[in-house]
Amino acid sequence: MPDWLHRYAIFVAACTLFLVIAGASVTSTESGLSVPDWPLSYGQVMPEMKGGIFYEHGHRMVASTVGLLTIVLAAWLWRSDPRPWMKRMGLAALGLVIVQGVLGGMTVLFLLPKPVSIAHACLAELFFSTTCAIALFTSREWRAGPVAAAAAGWPAKPGSVIWLPALVLVQVGLGAAFRHKALDVIPHVAGAFVVAAALLFAGIVFLMNYRDHAPLRRTAAALLAITLTQVFLGVGAYMSRVATADAPQPMPVMIILTVAHVALGALTMASSVLMAIQVHRHLRPVSVEAPRMGVSYAR
Amino acid sequence: MNRFAILIPATAGLFLMSCGGGGEPAKKDAEAPKSSATPAAPAGNASISGKAIYSGAKPVLRAVSMDATPACARMHKEPPKSEEVVLGADGSLKNVFVYVKAGLPDQKWPVPGKVTVDQVGCVYKPHVVGLMAGQDIEFLNSDETNHNIHPLPRVNREWNESQPPKGDPKVKQFPKEEIMMPVKCNVHPWMRLYVNVVAHPYFAVSGDDGTFTIPGLPAGEYTVEAAHERFGKQEAKVKVDASGTAKADFVFKAVE
Repeated sequence: MPDWLHRYAIFVAACTLFLVIAGASVTSTESGLSVPDWPLSYGQVMPEMKGGIFYEHGHRMVASTVGLLTIVLAAWLWRSDPRPWMKRMGLAALGLVIVQGVLGGMTVLFLLPKPVSIAHACLAELFFSTTCAIALFTSREWRAGPVAAAAAGWPAKPGSVIWLPALVLVQVGLGAAFRHKALDVIPHVAGAFVVAAALLFAGIVFLMNYRDHAPLRRTAAALLAITLTQVFLGVGAYMSRVATADAPQPMPVMIILTVAHVALGALTMASSVLMAIQVHRHLRPVSVEAPRMGVSYAR
Repeated sequence: MNRFAILIPATAGLFLMSCGGGGEPAKKDAEAPKSSATPAAPAGNASISGKAIYSGAKPVLRAVSMDATPACARMHKEPPKSEEVVLGADGSLKNVFVYVKAGLPDQKWPVPGKVTVDQVGCVYKPHVVGLMAGQDIEFLNSDETNHNIHPLPRVNREWNESQPPKGDPKVKQFPKEEIMMPVKCNVHPWMRLYVNVVAHPYFAVSGDDGTFTIPGLPAGEYTVEAAHERFGKQEAKVKVDASGTAKADFVFKAVE
């Protein structure tokens, strides 16, 4: 399996993060319905990019590009990756991006129904996590096989870390519900305390207990750094919203901080998913004999 | 690793379901009454007049930045101020919608001709309008740029339509009563219009000096409501004789 596939998967993940940023910009600039038709824009492939149309149609262009990139990724995995589950994962990623595109179209045609808008925001971050996972699974390090680490304290079972991304998902949903005016900000703020505490706890524990285990250490360090940054960005985004509440239009400071908060939310989601994957991959309960390193396409 | 291959898309599906719900069901409008070109016939000779005043610290209103759309920016010598709060030197408050909320006889009123709203320099003119349920409201676009007109009603039907530069007028109706319904343009997020829909012709919008007059009323006792987009609503009880003028002033304060 060529390293180019891994590099390409990283490229798709990076483009997907840019797509998340473009989508967040649409909501923050209140440009959501500046193009009233879909899938074309004002009946054209390329309308004049001015005002809110720049953000809305720009988002569609980036989304179309990511969709095409995902088709290539799925086809490449199907042809070149010997692991059947990776072939299926490529197809799953393609399915997700198609569903995401349809949800985006529904937000336009049905004038931003809250459940659809929230689902669109949530699925964006899940799709980004999927592309990050594909990038990990196609890496040379992953293909070299697990580097077993005996569980030291918490978590005793590798599967018990799955609640980390689940918790972040709920928090992403609460944030999207606030942005789309389905909920007050209070649930999202309350959720931030819980999720940040959980992620910081997990990150510190993994850093302390597995500092000699490169994959776990790297992932935990990324999780910690992203979570801390996200907390500050969340406070900043909220403060900027309060400070500019009387402005006649969305102010740049609020737009920049909020979009950054959404992008970091996607990174938090992805890093928690990768953390759960790495723990599942490498951690072994104490009672089980640690396997040797080796190439394993089966796992 | 098979479990993870299944887990991620499966979680996506589950989360999609968990994210759903909570929205209001789509509301269908009642049949819109046909508009008439004849003005509403006054049912009496009495009137209610008064003044809307703001009392409190003067709010700081920011200028609208139209830099992102040069076609809008070049229509203004300097960036225009938001019309959210327009105060006179004496505290008089413009753009207050005043209408008879209760006390009118239970009858159908003739629907007058159209109300016109223009989009000039990427600003809705006027900023606040009143109309009767079912009355035509005509949207013009005098700008050399694209607009979209997007009402955000609570009880009427929501719609979102684009209007090309200097495009044909769009004529619409709102069949249900609704006060301070925002209308926005998503292309230019600073653009705001407030549409007020009532079942009768007894309403007015306060002018530059904060004054208003509701003419043609029959004698009676009325509840009059004044609504402002930022400072909320106020009510007053007034009694008018057959050909007299009753006074109703409204003092608004900053909403905490």
